[in-house]
Amino acid sequence: MNINPYNPHIATVQDTWYETYGDRCIKTFKVVFDDEEVRNNWSHLPGQCAMIGILGVGESMISISCSPTEGNFLRFSVMRMGNVTQSLHELEPGDKMTVRGPYGNNFPVDQWKGKNIITIGGGIGQAPLRPIIEYVKANKSEYGDLTVIYGARTSADLCFKGEFTELGKSTQTLCHLSIDIKEDDWPHYVGFVPSLLMEVNPSPENAIAITCGPPIMIKFVLQNLKKLNFADEQIYTTLENRMKCGVGKCGRCNAGNLYVCKDGPVFSYATLKSVPEAFA
Amino acid sequence: MKLNKDKLADFIATLPGKKVYGPKKSGETLKYAPVTGAADLCLTAANTTVPPKSVVFPQTETLLRFELGTTDIKTPGQESETVLLGVRPCDARAMTIVDNVFSWGVEDPYYLERRAKITLVGLACLEPCANCFCTSVGGGPASKEGLDVLMTDLGDSYLLDVLTEKGENLCQSASGLLINATGEDQEAAEKLHEKAASQISRHTDPAGIPAKLPHLWESLLWDTVSASCLGCGICTYLCPTCHCFDMQDETEGSESRRCRTWDSCMFSEYTLHASGHNPRPTRRERTRNRINHKYSYFVDKFNVIACVGCGRCINLCPVNIDLLDILSKVGEEAR
Repeated sequence: MNINPYNPHIATVQDTWYETYGDRCIKTFKVVFDDEEVRNNWSHLPGQCAMIGILGVGESMISISCSPTEGNFLRFSVMRMGNVTQSLHELEPGDKMTVRGPYGNNFPVDQWKGKNIITIGGGIGQAPLRPIIEYVKANKSEYGDLTVIYGARTSADLCFKGEFTELGKSTQTLCHLSIDIKEDDWPHYVGFVPSLLMEVNPSPENAIAITCGPPIMIKFVLQNLKKLNFADEQIYTTLENRMKCGVGKCGRCNAGNLYVCKDGPVFSYATLKSVPEAFA
Repeated sequence: MKLNKDKLADFIATLPGKKVYGPKKSGETLKYAPVTGAADLCLTAANTTVPPKSVVFPQTETLLRFELGTTDIKTPGQESETVLLGVRPCDARAMTIVDNVFSWGVEDPYYLERRAKITLVGLACLEPCANCFCTSVGGGPASKEGLDVLMTDLGDSYLLDVLTEKGENLCQSASGLLINATGEDQEAAEKLHEKAASQISRHTDPAGIPAKLPHLWESLLWDTVSASCLGCGICTYLCPTCHCFDMQDETEGSESRRCRTWDSCMFSEYTLHASGHNPRPTRRERTRNRINHKYSYFVDKFNVIACVGCGRCINLCPVNIDLLDILSKVGEEAR
């Protein structure tokens, strides 16, 4: 028989750190496959996911939050939410986790060459957007301007904090941060992400807008992108649903006739518009 | 070819090295289980409670084994050749439908290996049950699709219609037991098949359903048809075309396994996110998904309706929710 898709690879945690704290804290894991062949054969593109887990506990589908341009490792930023993610959060450098994938489609990075890229993220929704930001940064000459719009409830809830100061330094990239509620010493925008988007007012000309975040944010971001005259084909998002197999068999991740694990997670708004369950 | 009924035990005995499964009583339930002789077999009932998908896609199966605290993962060994006796034509068709799921994109080695090693010996239905509607969805009481051999009960003997190479091999090893069938036997069988088809009393016209369903997304029809649903999941659990599964890790002492078990889109946990958000929060959305999956999404993906008209979901629903009733409401509503 061919390769067993359910048999995961073993990977070692090289480094971990917390992005945010609290009940639903987010921890990032930098992992490397134990097997050299697996390490060398692995290839993914921004937007794809992997099933990561702990033997004896289970698996969760998590977006790969690094770009392949960053090196021969994987990064996952995991919010502590349930059984598996709780166990993952207990991992420290040197510990093992299981990884299988990569799953799903990717952002059409080749198709987007020469275009201005705008990412609009909220909370943990920045995790699947981070790889596209890194990818565009690494291939600067092939893309136009990069605009990063990102918000969270409070400044403490923003992921990848250190990376945004770096982003702002480049002339080709613009970074706009927001928090929902006013804080002392916060130099950036206060308000919701969809409002910040209107403030930034990006031009739809030769541009692609990618959004990921809580459903309510996505809803208003989409409305506002339409107000800014972005065509459906210029808007992309990534979906998430409960998953078990990751390969289009276990059934549960469907939105209408699309399997998020296989047909997605990346969809253009032109596709999703007619999928009744897409934003359920 | 023909097999006299008193030679059935000998026929089973000619299958050495093969696991033989057939419909077997287990309390009130009729399901496929290993059989050693003709006495075990129950070939007279209309159909089994549990479809034969349970052999090729077991209710629970181990995908991986490992010792807790180690990273040494073991996968189960090879499957042996298996013969399924007495499979009803609807259930054999169902397997060809489920094959699509386990072979599209990434192949599922567990299902496909077992499937490749299974020979299906079917038994034509001569007395369809009250809720059978196979003839409406592309099948029939003597449909050959998916079968390797089709048997027809002629009273004292079974007429054997050998349909594939697998079926030929099976009959070759039992050639000493088989007698030649006459033209009269063939005629008799055909008459029985026709009579059975004419006895099917329930019908639906699924032709327009896939096109109609998308327009009924917000219809109140889903509230009406799901109002009495208990969410027990029997309609999907025992559906021969339902393939959804869960994956769970199970540990006893230091021995651990990752297994998969049947799951049902009628359960709230099926789609429940870890955050507590559920994209299908009530039975209304779950029922709508079940019908759409079978009669629309599956058609979009694989060009076949994921329903073979076996009637199990109607027969077994504790609150009498009737699939044909739902489909006729869909037809009326969309007009």
